[in-house]
Amino acid sequence: MNTDDLVLENVTKRFGSVTAVDDLSVTVPQGSFFALLGASGCGKTTTLRMVAGLEELTEGTIRLGDKDITELRPYRRPVNTVFQSYALFPHLNIEDNVAFGLRQRGVRNTATKVAEMLELVQLPGFAKRKPAQLSGGQQQRIALARALVNEPQVLLLDEPLGALDLKLRRQMQIELKRIQTEVGITFLHVTHDQEEAMWMADTVAVMNDGRIEQLGAPTEIYEFPASPFVSNFLGQSNLFAAEVSGTNGADLLLTSHGERFAAPSARAHSTDGRVWLGVRPEKVRLALPGEDTPATHNQVHGVLTDTCYAGVSTEYLLRTPWGQEMSVFSANAAAGEPLSPGTEVVAHWYPPHSFVLDRRLGEGDEIAQYSADPLGVAP
Amino acid sequence: MTAIVGAAAGPGPTAAAEPPPPGLRRRRWVPYLLLLPGGLWLLLFFVVPTVQLAGTSLYDRSGSLELGYTQTFAVGNYIDAITAYWPHLVRSALYSGIATIICVVLGYPLAYAIALKAGRWRNLMLVCVIAPFFTTFLVRTLAWKSILSDSGPVVGFFRAIPFVPDDFRLLATPAAVVCGLVYNFLPFMVLPLYASLERLDGRLLEAAGDLYARPATAFRRVTLPLSMPGLIAGTLLTFIPAAGDYINAELLGTPNEYMIGNVIDSAFLVRLDYPQAAALSFLLMATILVMVFSYVRAAGTDEVV
Repeated sequence: MNTDDLVLENVTKRFGSVTAVDDLSVTVPQGSFFALLGASGCGKTTTLRMVAGLEELTEGTIRLGDKDITELRPYRRPVNTVFQSYALFPHLNIEDNVAFGLRQRGVRNTATKVAEMLELVQLPGFAKRKPAQLSGGQQQRIALARALVNEPQVLLLDEPLGALDLKLRRQMQIELKRIQTEVGITFLHVTHDQEEAMWMADTVAVMNDGRIEQLGAPTEIYEFPASPFVSNFLGQSNLFAAEVSGTNGADLLLTSHGERFAAPSARAHSTDGRVWLGVRPEKVRLALPGEDTPATHNQVHGVLTDTCYAGVSTEYLLRTPWGQEMSVFSANAAAGEPLSPGTEVVAHWYPPHSFVLDRRLGEGDEIAQYSADPLGVAP
Repeated sequence: MTAIVGAAAGPGPTAAAEPPPPGLRRRRWVPYLLLLPGGLWLLLFFVVPTVQLAGTSLYDRSGSLELGYTQTFAVGNYIDAITAYWPHLVRSALYSGIATIICVVLGYPLAYAIALKAGRWRNLMLVCVIAPFFTTFLVRTLAWKSILSDSGPVVGFFRAIPFVPDDFRLLATPAAVVCGLVYNFLPFMVLPLYASLERLDGRLLEAAGDLYARPATAFRRVTLPLSMPGLIAGTLLTFIPAAGDYINAELLGTPNEYMIGNVIDSAFLVRLDYPQAAALSFLLMATILVMVFSYVRAAGTDEVV
């Protein structure tokens, strides 16, 4: 283990009877860009605030390298935060804002360091302005500079791009990634934006209900989600309630609504009994009945109920024989008109694109709603 | 008034075609109309009396109310007033200055607690701050007379302490006058301070802590500068009326504690020396203006957001 990893062990936070963070353990490797991803109220911001020292732990410990920082007051922790609201001091100019932390630690000759930082965030020449004279994006960069100038061991970012418009956000995402590579400091980034998390982070932890549902590299989480929640929080998934009926070599054989499917055992989080068979909409291709499809592909017959032309791709909704909605994204690479609603089609996909998840007793009857609900919050 | 509104509101076929549109022309008048009642009031009851008072302060003092006064531009009235009553002027500045400082010391923590720590008790505590206003100024000050009296509990407490002389007293001392001033003007300090502290964004304090500032430093570098507008407003609202006050010195002090307000009061109503009373009023005004301006400059309002 590296000496400067950030380690959270069995961290729990309760507000009265509400458990915001529930027995969470995670290691953030030194120098990584680590994203905590989740919907609002999942405990991600509370986790970040506990690392910053702004919230006391109910149980558990937080260590930074060999040092236990659980009980340290915020001003004694070698971490700095970029706040969601930026929290720039309105009565101080940009230079004094950025130099605030340095001066507290008795650093002399702050001017050079501040100028370097303003250069890094591409706002040189702003030193004498007041925060109110800056745009949201500029304030965001200053907030970043004010935290980074202290060279913290961990930089905490609390939805730092939440208040920016889409275009500025994309720009800042690239910028943040560049800065992180340049300074090599551990970034712990809290966000509810799955694209932002996947785009920037080396490691993403998907949080739900105060716990981490899945942790891994963005491709790993997206391609092989570990739970129905993750499969629908990060992008969309089609999930079919199925039972494992046997194996064929390295493949798992599944039955769903009377149809037979195959999936590699290596892509299964559960290999017997009740399972969910999942596939991402963009992995599915459409064929007209009678057209040739590869014999090994999994197939679902259906009728198109909706066609959404979105420029780069066309998003189809089709109804399966058992009444479930299934979505299919088809890249607009080929010539020709999109298929129109009412067309009978065969949806098919390469079995290794499937993934298999554990399904609890009683789950599955309501699947029709489940798949149509991108956040997976329907009962 | 009705004619203007009626003409503007009626978009007749001819009116609509004419530049400039009547709606715009009417809007330009609105600020002046809004200023009119207050402006007239100030003109009638502030500007005119001030000019008249300035005139009175330069009358020949040998005149009287019955015989009438002659305007001789007697600047000597001011010199006479200063020579005779400069101790009272100094005393006014001193007492009200001390009272203002005590008000800051008592009021800042109080306003801070109400704004940031009181939670659901906040409104109740605010009512408590204002509650004394439900009784008249005079009665409240009279109540202090019995609180500080020689047979009262406060003096009794002090006399019980060893080494405090048995003839220790509070009533009829400068301390009593300052106590009265503090009590009567404390709400004027607390309310503006509360208003500016209540607007303080708690996240700024979290940010200061995150940037290695201890709570005391965070207070000095963030809370205090951001509450400066409230502190300046509170000090002015306390110091200015306290400097002109005469009830507290009258009821809680002796002629030895009389402030300039008492002198003006007696010159106008007892001695009927109108020119000198007017000259003293102007001297008080000038003293306050000089002190306030130097204070505001020192507090550096341009640094205040």
